[in-house]
Amino acid sequence: MIEAVGLTKRYGDKLAVDQLSFSVKPGQVTGFLGPNGAGKSTTMRMILGLDAPTSGTVTVGGQPFGQAAYPMREVGALLDAKAVHGGRSAYNHLLCLAQTNNLPKSRVDEVLGLVGLGAVAKKRSKGFSLGMGQRLGIAAALLGDPKVLMFDEPVNGLDPEGILWIRNLMKALAAEGRTVFVSSHLMSEMEATADHLIVIGRGKLVADCSVQEFIDNNSELSIRVRTPQLEEFGPLLSARGGTVRADGEGALLVTKLGMAEIGDLAFENRIRVHELSPIQASLEQAFMELTKDSVEYHAAVPAGQGV
Amino acid sequence: MSTITDNTPAGVFAGLTPLPPASGKAGFGGALRSEWTKIRSVRSTLWTLAAAIIISVGISTLGNWGQSSDTAAQLAQRDLVARSMFGIILGQLVMVVFGALAVTAEYSTGMIRTSLSAQPRRTSVFFAKLVIVTVVAFVVGEIISFASFLIGVHFWTAKGVALSLGTHGALQAVFGGGLYLDGAALLAFGIGAALRNTPGTITIGVALLFVVNIMTSFMPDSWQSDIDKWLPYNAGSQVWATQHTADVGTAFGAWAGFAVYIGYAVIALLAGLWVFKRRDA
Repeated sequence: MIEAVGLTKRYGDKLAVDQLSFSVKPGQVTGFLGPNGAGKSTTMRMILGLDAPTSGTVTVGGQPFGQAAYPMREVGALLDAKAVHGGRSAYNHLLCLAQTNNLPKSRVDEVLGLVGLGAVAKKRSKGFSLGMGQRLGIAAALLGDPKVLMFDEPVNGLDPEGILWIRNLMKALAAEGRTVFVSSHLMSEMEATADHLIVIGRGKLVADCSVQEFIDNNSELSIRVRTPQLEEFGPLLSARGGTVRADGEGALLVTKLGMAEIGDLAFENRIRVHELSPIQASLEQAFMELTKDSVEYHAAVPAGQGV
Repeated sequence: MSTITDNTPAGVFAGLTPLPPASGKAGFGGALRSEWTKIRSVRSTLWTLAAAIIISVGISTLGNWGQSSDTAAQLAQRDLVARSMFGIILGQLVMVVFGALAVTAEYSTGMIRTSLSAQPRRTSVFFAKLVIVTVVAFVVGEIISFASFLIGVHFWTAKGVALSLGTHGALQAVFGGGLYLDGAALLAFGIGAALRNTPGTITIGVALLFVVNIMTSFMPDSWQSDIDKWLPYNAGSQVWATQHTADVGTAFGAWAGFAVYIGYAVIALLAGLWVFKRRDA
């Protein structure tokens, strides 16, 4: 369980995180979504106490992370897979972390095996591929059998196999009742992994809801109408209350009218219809729309459900 | 690695030994073991320490060998104990590199964020690092000072000058040589924690121990006599000298000088601790 209350971080004049309040619950994967530079990494660093908030608080399991008796048993984090000393072997990297929390040495070997790095344990991490580095970072996060896991953009630059592995891992960790908090700037990635979403833009909270709610609220259904009688049918649709625009490929995109209404209207007016198909706006588009300008967030949050 | 894809969903830690129940708190002991692992597990530290020993003992030996052409009467005038450890002057610069890297490498690699995510209590981390650096630099420093002296003694003995660790003041000065080198590492460690930058730390460390001595030699004599003894090198080097007025007009005694020298290191360490605790990692 992670709880942020009024979390704010200012760097000079720039407000990186602005009055952010949210809670991340156990037993599900919570996606932390926002465009690059929205403040996701800063928020995660504040959760770990790496950066001090300008104001506000954040707790993990009811207390600031720094007060946890055994921090690694509380939170396992992978913020930056490159944040290792490349001259140190994978084994020694994990060993020096395990020792800080009095974890047994045997745990290091076991976790290395778990992430598939057993064979390169004695190799310096300098020579590791991106995927191996990511696995080493995940091994470090898993060392303490933590209740909370945080991953910052874990699939960036990974091959499809690595992406699938991390997705399955996150789901499995959540299924065990752990809190899993994972950031991404890609909606498609979150759609595939997350159960719940916390969306931020320019440091502010934009949405805090389930993935399904986010989809329902943010992706408007539009209907593509293809007809040889465009000039006649367009005004009729508008007159009936639909919003009509051309899709640029000779068809009309109609919103605010149902499929049946459009079909009936065509029938009543003897309009020949060649295509009548529902189009779900992509979530990626909805997300970009939602986060493109901070001015819109103010309107979007209270109105939330109606966007 | 393809096997992992298949077996993770069935319970992430399936097949692993469950962790023993935890009691108490992760604290200084664990931090100390961790820092020891860190320092011994990267080649750069080992290379730096090896270089410190080779350079210091090597330069000392060359210097001692060069002076052996002097007559016994000439040699007797000199502070042969200090002369035997002449290589410390260069060795201290390598110790600066060691002390700096012990902390700045964590920042240049980004490792500090991983370290502080495992143990967020920064005071523990700082002092654990400090203890390890102090102990390692002490051992290496003593190896340098004793090796330099014992090799030097051979040259003097050949000339008929009797000198040994039993000679009055010799043991203290030789022991002091190691302490002096330890102090150089601590000074750099403090600066490194404050600056978080390797080249900057090494530049300032070398400047304080080496360059300021050259600069003051261009000052008017009247200033020099006031300032000279306070310079880190001049104050600190008294602890490995047996004649305390040798090169410097007025000089501190061995331990007073060393206290001044360590005072500089303490100031740097306090600044370092403050930044280490307060600034975002």
